[in-house]
Amino acid sequence: MTQDFLLSLAQAITKGLLTGMVYGLMALGLSVIFGVMRVVNFAHGEMMVVGMYLAWAAFDYAGVNPLFSLPVIALLFFAMGYALQRGLIQPFINRPEHQQFLLLLAIATIVVNLCLALLGPDSRSIQLDSQFDSYELGPLVFDAVRVHAAVAAIAIATLLFLFFTRTRIGKAIRAAADNHMGALVVGLDVRRLYAITFGIGAACVGAAGALMITIIPVTPFLAAEYTLLAFVIVIVGGLGSMTGALMGGLLIGVSEAVAGLLGQPSLKSMFSFGLLIVVLLLRPQGLLGRKDSR
Amino acid sequence: MNVRAVAGLSILLALLLAAPLLLGGYWLSVLILVLYFAYVGQAWNIMMGFAGQLSLGHALYAGLGGYVAAGLYTHYGIGPWMGVFAAVGAAVAAGAIVGYLGFRFSLAGVYFALLTIAFGEFTRIGFDNWDWAGGSGGMFLKVERGVSDLANLRGGTVMFYYVILAMAAGAFLLCRYLLESRLGRYWLAIREDAEAAQAVGVPVLWCKMLAVTLSAALTALAGVWNAFYYNNLFPETAFAVGRSIEMTLSPIIGGLGTLFGPFVGAVVLTGLGELFTDLSDQFHVSGLKQIFYGLALLIIVMYRPAGIWPWIATRLGFEEKRK
Repeated sequence: MTQDFLLSLAQAITKGLLTGMVYGLMALGLSVIFGVMRVVNFAHGEMMVVGMYLAWAAFDYAGVNPLFSLPVIALLFFAMGYALQRGLIQPFINRPEHQQFLLLLAIATIVVNLCLALLGPDSRSIQLDSQFDSYELGPLVFDAVRVHAAVAAIAIATLLFLFFTRTRIGKAIRAAADNHMGALVVGLDVRRLYAITFGIGAACVGAAGALMITIIPVTPFLAAEYTLLAFVIVIVGGLGSMTGALMGGLLIGVSEAVAGLLGQPSLKSMFSFGLLIVVLLLRPQGLLGRKDSR
Repeated sequence: MNVRAVAGLSILLALLLAAPLLLGGYWLSVLILVLYFAYVGQAWNIMMGFAGQLSLGHALYAGLGGYVAAGLYTHYGIGPWMGVFAAVGAAVAAGAIVGYLGFRFSLAGVYFALLTIAFGEFTRIGFDNWDWAGGSGGMFLKVERGVSDLANLRGGTVMFYYVILAMAAGAFLLCRYLLESRLGRYWLAIREDAEAAQAVGVPVLWCKMLAVTLSAALTALAGVWNAFYYNNLFPETAFAVGRSIEMTLSPIIGGLGTLFGPFVGAVVLTGLGELFTDLSDQFHVSGLKQIFYGLALLIIVMYRPAGIWPWIATRLGFEEKRK
């Protein structure tokens, strides 16, 4: 009996780790935006849901696998994020937090209700050919869909990491994040860098949405839940820390899967919010964040 | 306040007192909504507008207040005028815990806001699984038609109207007094620059604690009123993040830290809400109302980021000392 339980526990944990990678990618978008601009994207879950709907539409109308529509969705989100930052958010960069909050709340309200108005409240899902495929490793069975999503998420996160450490623009963005005044002094176009950053954050969450639709169905009502979830992940991992966001995603993914195994769905939220409170109080820089990143 | 402002206020109060005689049932219920949002906005404003602490978890205090008073009434027959003391006590205790932890560990801005959200969500899940409070199935108060029993807050719309009007007026007077008091000045000092305030000897932690507990106490009263007006409570809605956010809107839209801001904001937002409901009813598209509403919020925050009231006040020649 214990043997069985241990096996199903291990199974749940691996499932959680795979889903957690996608959570991590979603949270990465929030973290990048906050880390650079100090703006909290209260419309993050709403953007995630839009990504899910786009991938669903591409599959439903043209039969395109979300893994292939993902690059297009990410590009589209980059452009949207860039334009959104340029047009609406830039004037609010130095405004008080409650005004930024209200601005993004308004955007979130519009976005999620546009989804509702256009597509209705029904949940939409896709059925891939690989739906019932699986990989086996010893006694463990991995759903093919989840493995593909997790691998894609890791690949995107790696690309992003390389972008921030290897390219000139990536380094410039990090410079602007570390020292806003210094970046202006050496002549960086900080406004443009901010717009690019918001674009990248949006692309991350759009890509995460395209991957998420292969795992769970989408409804407009998921949006608020995802916004909160992204906050929890990012705070737990450390706001502004890229590895922190990914680790936070894994942690939340696993806790969710284990709570599901124990048949106590409310345990999952209990755990995440309890963890959020403890981390906020005892280690506000996050489990992996730097001390000064507050 | 100058003469014009006093005259304007007197006329407004007279109109509000006479409103049940002048208005039909629909408009009276709209006015009730306005006063409710003005009242909770005023309560929230103490914490954010006066003391500068962003709370996005005020549903916690309203929900606790409502549940405690409603629970005492349905389970033990203890009327709301007694139950309200327990309700306020519970909310003050919760506010003290959230505030003390947040301030003691010096969480500021967004981090503090997330802490308040986390406590709200935590409590929501707790109530979902708590049988005494009805769990996720909710708690219901017995509806008695045709009764007007002020002692047990059982009655019609007019009675609830006057109760919320009294609460809104009381909160207004209290906030007016607070702003002029030593504590109010301390709050402003903390809001503008907490470190400087600390340096000149303002008891920062103590003042913030007073702000959060006072704000929680006032919000709990709104929760009690709300529970008895609607006769039902569900964890899903009573403790929802959306409920908390709703409370922040009228003071932010009206003008943060001002006395009239929450009232003006409540009038504008409730008015827009009703207007958009009528408009979208003609199209039968779900979500349309919220799209309009979001657009209105967007336009207001872009063009009047400091709120509507400070702008109106200068236009009408009223005196408004603080922004």
